[in-house]
Amino acid sequence: MSRITTIMKRELGAYFATPVAYVFIVIFLFLTGIFTFYVGNFYERNQADLEPFFRFHPWLYMLLIPAISMRLWSEERKTGSLELLMTLPVTLWEAVIGKFLAAWCFTAVALAMTFPVWITVNYLGHPDNTVIIAGYVGSLLMAGGFLAVGSCISALTKNQVIAFVVSFVICFAFNLAGFPIVLDIFRAVVPQTVLNAIASFSFLTHFSSIQKGVIDLRDFVFFASLIAFWLYASTLAIEAKKSS
Amino acid sequence: MQNLIEVRDLRKHFGTLLAVDGVSLDVRRGEVLGFLGPNGAGKSTTMKMITGFLAPSAGRVSICGHDVESDPIAAKSRIGYLPEGAPAYGEMTPARFLDFVAEVRGLDASRKEARIREVVAKIHLESVLHQTIDTLSKGFKRRVGLAQAILHDPEVLILDEPTDGLDPNQKHDVRAIIKEMAPQKAIIISTHILEEVNAVCTRAAIIAKGKLLFVGTPVELEARSRYHNAVTLTVVTAAAGEVRAALAGIPGVSEVESTAGTATTTRLTAVPTPGTRIAETIQERIRGGAWQVDELFIEAGHLDEVFRSITTGAMGATRT
Repeated sequence: MSRITTIMKRELGAYFATPVAYVFIVIFLFLTGIFTFYVGNFYERNQADLEPFFRFHPWLYMLLIPAISMRLWSEERKTGSLELLMTLPVTLWEAVIGKFLAAWCFTAVALAMTFPVWITVNYLGHPDNTVIIAGYVGSLLMAGGFLAVGSCISALTKNQVIAFVVSFVICFAFNLAGFPIVLDIFRAVVPQTVLNAIASFSFLTHFSSIQKGVIDLRDFVFFASLIAFWLYASTLAIEAKKSS
Repeated sequence: MQNLIEVRDLRKHFGTLLAVDGVSLDVRRGEVLGFLGPNGAGKSTTMKMITGFLAPSAGRVSICGHDVESDPIAAKSRIGYLPEGAPAYGEMTPARFLDFVAEVRGLDASRKEARIREVVAKIHLESVLHQTIDTLSKGFKRRVGLAQAILHDPEVLILDEPTDGLDPNQKHDVRAIIKEMAPQKAIIISTHILEEVNAVCTRAAIIAKGKLLFVGTPVELEARSRYHNAVTLTVVTAAAGEVRAALAGIPGVSEVESTAGTATTTRLTAVPTPGTRIAETIQERIRGGAWQVDELFIEAGHLDEVFRSITTGAMGATRT
């Protein structure tokens, strides 16, 4: 456990050692602002809730999370520090979880910095704050799902640009898994049951219910098992790619 | 537990390529094994398997009695490893990097402080301790890697080309550090600098195309040279022809080679047929006043020539 914490702290420090962290946070806050107030019509709706704020999170994450996750493993492989890390007395799981948690913490920090939106809505009206808390929790869980996907893709390549683009496409597919844009691709080749299974992977669907304040255990289990699956896939990818 | 490092019949396939082919090695406490071989011979791959980074296709490695595959954490805690190229986290300073390594290795706070101070002083890192590693020179990067490897005072040290890219003074420093630690540890260093073998190693192993071709002491290695026990004379050039003819006539001399000396002198090397000693005869002749000789020495052997002949297969692949 302490080794996971040590790895996580080092990784988190690495984010803030370069301008990447600050650029990311500023852009994230800027974009959430734009989407909430202009595209989401926060004022015009005249409702004291943060629906216009959370509604765009899946799309923002699709674009921004791969930018965080792309360096997770590909940089270690490129610089050779992977060899150093994996010959220290740590297990592969400890390394994978430590680095994932660092990226997740970083996202949590960025998300926490959106607190002025929450203050604003409380100043203007009387929102249901439990719904807002559910929204934040759901958003963070979804970010974890995207990050776990990105971790695995990053482990597969030394090239951060490739890691970014491939993660972006997979995140896009997960967002829209329940919509014709994705389902039509599979419709011709897989039976209806598989199609339903694919549709059930939609991040948008799972997130939208949490975000409305409907705390359904199934949505939590979905994101948790999704994270577990992609982290497991990360360990396999790292193991397989070590020698190349 | 005599052998701190035991390698048994290690093999590694990369697809159809057999990178390491049945390597077996033992290294005891106090030994420094020099791992030699041409580029791509399998040195680094073998070291990656010994340190548990790569899983072997067959065979096993045990470190202080702990199997690297079945008990990796115990084995890895007893190893200090400098990977090829001394990778590190470039955005960190050496101070924070060493702190991270110490924490992962589970050194408690007081020991961590003491060890970092000790190692930094030993490796002379004080001046760059708070600069990011990315901005350091090659020599300092290598030293940071070495510091990281010895931080927990491991019983087993695996150093992949520890002096590569260093200037002569830095090489000297690194070798001095290795020699100083040698009595308490089992050390493997890989190198393609042959002088290093005589400078620091108690044993040498030569690997080529994944196969171990020679294991023995540096002296045994030199003894394989055709120049082993050869006699080199420096004579005035005017007399060189005569001396050369006389040397060739001495029993046991298979060949006489001449190289340029100074403007007025020539160097002649009498190469003996393997197993014979010709030095005594030649010295007698000189004492008898036959030739005027400025200088005479007996060759131990040329490592580069032995290395070349072993790795290109000219001397046959016998193991000692």
